[in-house]
Amino acid sequence: MRSVEKPSGKAEAEAQRTLRTPLGRVRGLGSAKSGTGDWIATRITSIALVPLTLFFVVLIVALNGRPYAEVIDTLSSPFVAILFLATILITTVHMHLGMQVIIEDYVHADLPKFALLIGNWLFSWAVGLAAAFAVLKIAFGG
Amino acid sequence: MSESHLKARPISPRPLSPHLSIFRPLITMMMSIVHRITGAALYFGMALLAWWLLAAATGPGAFETANDFLGSWFGRLILFGFTWALLHHLLGGIRHLIWDTGAGYSFKMRNGLAWATLIGSVLLTLLLWIVGYALR
Repeated sequence: MRSVEKPSGKAEAEAQRTLRTPLGRVRGLGSAKSGTGDWIATRITSIALVPLTLFFVVLIVALNGRPYAEVIDTLSSPFVAILFLATILITTVHMHLGMQVIIEDYVHADLPKFALLIGNWLFSWAVGLAAAFAVLKIAFGG
Repeated sequence: MSESHLKARPISPRPLSPHLSIFRPLITMMMSIVHRITGAALYFGMALLAWWLLAAATGPGAFETANDFLGSWFGRLILFGFTWALLHHLLGGIRHLIWDTGAGYSFKMRNGLAWATLIGSVLLTLLLWIVGYALR
């Protein structure tokens, strides 16, 4: 962020010469102005993921080491399939937003930053849709 | 903001904020770092989940291959680490949601919540797997 100079010396003289308000002079100098939606979306998805993650860890431990037929049978039940699908898709949105924050925190040069931001979209949705597709295929008996 | 803007400013010997290597490690700071690390690890761990699910959707042969790997000592270690990272990130997330409401900022509360995240995640992970293996 660009810092707003204190009204001292030259800046004070400048401030007295202009009719623009202090707010008007700093408007538009801040961030990209679209981060609030992402911030809220991260929180909303995290609230949804509290019960869904508990469901997920219990499911994973319950299915660990189980034979194929039993795993398919469990994943085919509508209750499990719908909750699993919700977990996968909401996780995809949440992990995409989280990794975006990490990239924006550490990578500042334009080219690698944009490359990573686009790669983040690709990875998150490729993995999320692949997992969702697999759950649907199993649930529909493919 | 652009780097050129920062570089254009006159250099003056201003005091800089001390960085990570200077601070004494605090539990809140360590848990903040671990929250980010577990988040990034889970990001890549999702690929493992997608692989296992796709294997199950493909058929018994592919499922056996995936299960053999996950059943090996290395696979079990990854699964154990995955569930711990997930539970740690979950508890850390709840801690942040509490802080987002403006509550829990007293010295006692913020340290207590940070310790609860760490201890809770380890205990929950152990409990989960002990129950999981006991019921097999």
